Amino acid sequence: MASPSTTADAAIPQTKGADDNYLTHDKGFASWAFTLDHKRIGVMYLASILTAFALGGFFALAVRTELWTPGETIMKHDTYNQMFTLHGAIMVFLVIIPGIPAGLGNIILPLHLGAKDVAFPKLNLASYYLWIIGCVCMLTSLATNAVDTGWTFYAPYSTTTQTNVLPAAFGAFILGFSSIFTGLNFIVTIHKLRPPGMTFFRMPLFVWALYSTALIQVLATPVIGITLLMMMVERVFGLGIFDPALGGDPVLFQHFFWFYSHPAVYIMIVPAFGVISEIIPTFSRKRLFGYQFIAISSLAIAFLGFLVWGHHMFTSGQSVLAGTIFSAITFLIAIPTAIKIFNWVTTMYKGRIHLDTPMLYALAFLWVFTIGGLTGVFLAVMGVDVHLHDTYFVVAHFHYVMMGGAITAFLGGLHYWFPKAFGKMYNERTGRIGAIIVFVGLNLTFFPQFILGSRGMPRRYYNYLPEFQGLHQLSTIGAFTLGIGFLLTAVSLGRAMKNGKKAPNNPWGAVTLEWLTTSPPPYYNFHTPPPVTAGPYDGYEDLVYDEKIGGYVAKKKA
Amino acid sequence: MAEPSTETRGSAKPASAPPPPHTDHGHDDHGHGHEAHDPIHAANPHLAHHFDTPQQQFDAGKLGIWLFLLTEVLFFSGLFCAYTVYRAMHPEVFVYAHYFLDTKLGAVNTCVLLISSLTAAWAVRNAQLAEKKALMLNIVITIACAFTFMSVKYVEYAHKYHDGLLPGKAFQPKEQIWELKSFRDKHPEAAEYAEKLAKLDEKKATPPAAAPAEAGKTAPAEAGKAEPAEAERIERPTEEELEPLLAAGLVGPRSLDPSAHISRPRMAHVFFGIYFFMTGLHGFHVLIGIGIWVWMLVKASKGHFGPAYFGPVDFTALYWHLVDLIWIYLFPLLYLIH
Repeated sequence: MASPSTTADAAIPQTKGADDNYLTHDKGFASWAFTLDHKRIGVMYLASILTAFALGGFFALAVRTELWTPGETIMKHDTYNQMFTLHGAIMVFLVIIPGIPAGLGNIILPLHLGAKDVAFPKLNLASYYLWIIGCVCMLTSLATNAVDTGWTFYAPYSTTTQTNVLPAAFGAFILGFSSIFTGLNFIVTIHKLRPPGMTFFRMPLFVWALYSTALIQVLATPVIGITLLMMMVERVFGLGIFDPALGGDPVLFQHFFWFYSHPAVYIMIVPAFGVISEIIPTFSRKRLFGYQFIAISSLAIAFLGFLVWGHHMFTSGQSVLAGTIFSAITFLIAIPTAIKIFNWVTTMYKGRIHLDTPMLYALAFLWVFTIGGLTGVFLAVMGVDVHLHDTYFVVAHFHYVMMGGAITAFLGGLHYWFPKAFGKMYNERTGRIGAIIVFVGLNLTFFPQFILGSRGMPRRYYNYLPEFQGLHQLSTIGAFTLGIGFLLTAVSLGRAMKNGKKAPNNPWGAVTLEWLTTSPPPYYNFHTPPPVTAGPYDGYEDLVYDEKIGGYVAKKKA
Repeated sequence: MAEPSTETRGSAKPASAPPPPHTDHGHDDHGHGHEAHDPIHAANPHLAHHFDTPQQQFDAGKLGIWLFLLTEVLFFSGLFCAYTVYRAMHPEVFVYAHYFLDTKLGAVNTCVLLISSLTAAWAVRNAQLAEKKALMLNIVITIACAFTFMSVKYVEYAHKYHDGLLPGKAFQPKEQIWELKSFRDKHPEAAEYAEKLAKLDEKKATPPAAAPAEAGKTAPAEAGKAEPAEAERIERPTEEELEPLLAAGLVGPRSLDPSAHISRPRMAHVFFGIYFFMTGLHGFHVLIGIGIWVWMLVKASKGHFGPAYFGPVDFTALYWHLVDLIWIYLFPLLYLIH
């Protein structure tokens, strides 16, 4: 173990000041690089993921800029293929999948449970370094002859293209293990490290969401691991499982791929549901409506998510019967999802709504996710899908869900827990402006793509008919608007980290356990696990706003 | 369990007896609280700081390892699934190729792994009872078995390599199937017939040696060169003539296509790809297992294990049983094909 931390410890006397927290506990590079503290690992994840997000966003802007005019605008078609592949692979594997669970979840989950750490701190750090290794592999492909298969790595193209598929696929393989270990860690933490009195139905919904997510991570990710491994072996040694020229079955690759990757979209969106479930009751100052329904619906989505992968393959030649079954089960997913939306809206009903930045993101989420989710139901209809398959409609749909759903919730959560994680308040005004610009940019970018797609603009195309130009340009303008929104948010949070006002323990008047400890939390979070005697969203009325500290405190008993 | 049952936080019961208070012992970053300040941590040097009791730590580890094994099962099940699909599409490939595997060596390895699983389970018992010497002995036997397994695997791999039984383009078998004793003994008629066919094939394919499968299509042009009558007859064998080959499983019903290269299924090399992939991935798990067992041996030699702390041995043994179990499936799937 790192010697700097031990020597630093020896130097500091037993009694530590009130200022001691996990950020100041140890100093030096090694104290971070070898830390086993979940909060520090979470912070490292956040920093790395946001960097990857900037990179993926850069590729997105490159793609959108290229599409400003038909034909060549700024790059050749091969480069374009590489750009959208890198955008997709980075955003999916490096950003959205680890974003909320590994980034925010790592910091918040043990705090939510009143625990000192996750169950396996070393495994947690290992997950982080696996992420780093996976990232380096992806960047290797990027720096050499970047992969151009699309993030889906479909065989046999991926086993035959001249570009550097191997490092990218190996990167995704490694990132899969990072994700598995995080999920495994969280399941055990949730089962074994809850505080006294916290039954399963007293867990905050973010914990429920992370639990459902972790189940998917553990049960689906190994399959993509072995699939990518087979694909790599096929590429190098001519294995023959997927290549029709060798008697293999390329559709089998698609089955394997979507057996993971459909549940994977729930890895991306279910934790987002968790974040929204935390934000909405807090900023409505009202007990969450339908707690048990939201909790169970997360599990239902996780379960159903395993049974619908075939809806990605309606046009692959799969049997009509299989297609019908996959289609029907896909419709079913709308039910637990709608349960959540209705319960959140009902929570706000007659609440005292505070439009702080996290709440703005949550409201944006409700809007865009509903559009994204409902267009998913269109695509689940086989007949409609044959028309819309591989068009911009699909692109718009999943960006509304991934970008509009997952990233919006991620940003909302980032603002919500920022004071807790870093002990500083961000500027509410720039935060709100950022949220509004992101919301506008998002709709401006992706709504035109619905129209483009329904008129027949195919996805991943470099060139297009002149009649599509107006909508493409609208979308590009939207993309740059989004970029500005993110940049503003990044500057705002960066400044807050440096010069922000000191955050009170409970700036929002939230009632889950993490707000009982200091901001930022001490090294071991809680001296003793706080006993839990009520549900996770009870007791808003027992808190009053204290002007002096700018946060909420317990009401004095009269 | 041979340890005092203590209050676990994981249970749903309300906190009638809150766990002992922790003072802020924010010293060691690593898991083991050497400077524990509360009585439970002081009495259990292997209890990590974030757990309250040894029981809680053990339960967490146990759940963790089972989840990990679940991911391993899913990982291999993808492979088994691919195997099943390919075998369903090309059964003749598997029938053909399995004659090249040494069933005896496979069986020996199966026994070796089974023995190692026994000693692994035994080691867990030793750890629980703090029988240091027996524990170390059992771990050493387990490791020895693992090495035996890998050595046998090495012999088999080397054999395949020398015989050109490699995946993909590297597949250049030195031996023909009718030269194999295992095949001759079982299907003497088929062996003879396959040999005859292959010789004719060879003759016919001498000019451009490539793509014997296409030979049938260009047959009219080439047929004139060699003995037309016999070549013609062999190119279009009747179903009765194929009977021995069909019976031996070398020709699938779908391969009745007269142009097929009958002495060897066209995709025979895919089997060896699958063989090396599956056994290689399994062998990799054995190697990892050896590493973990050596680590356990070191810990055992320091006398770390006893009734209150035996989790690591238990978890390693569970992993080892899974590695064993996967081989139990691989052996019949690859070696015992009929």
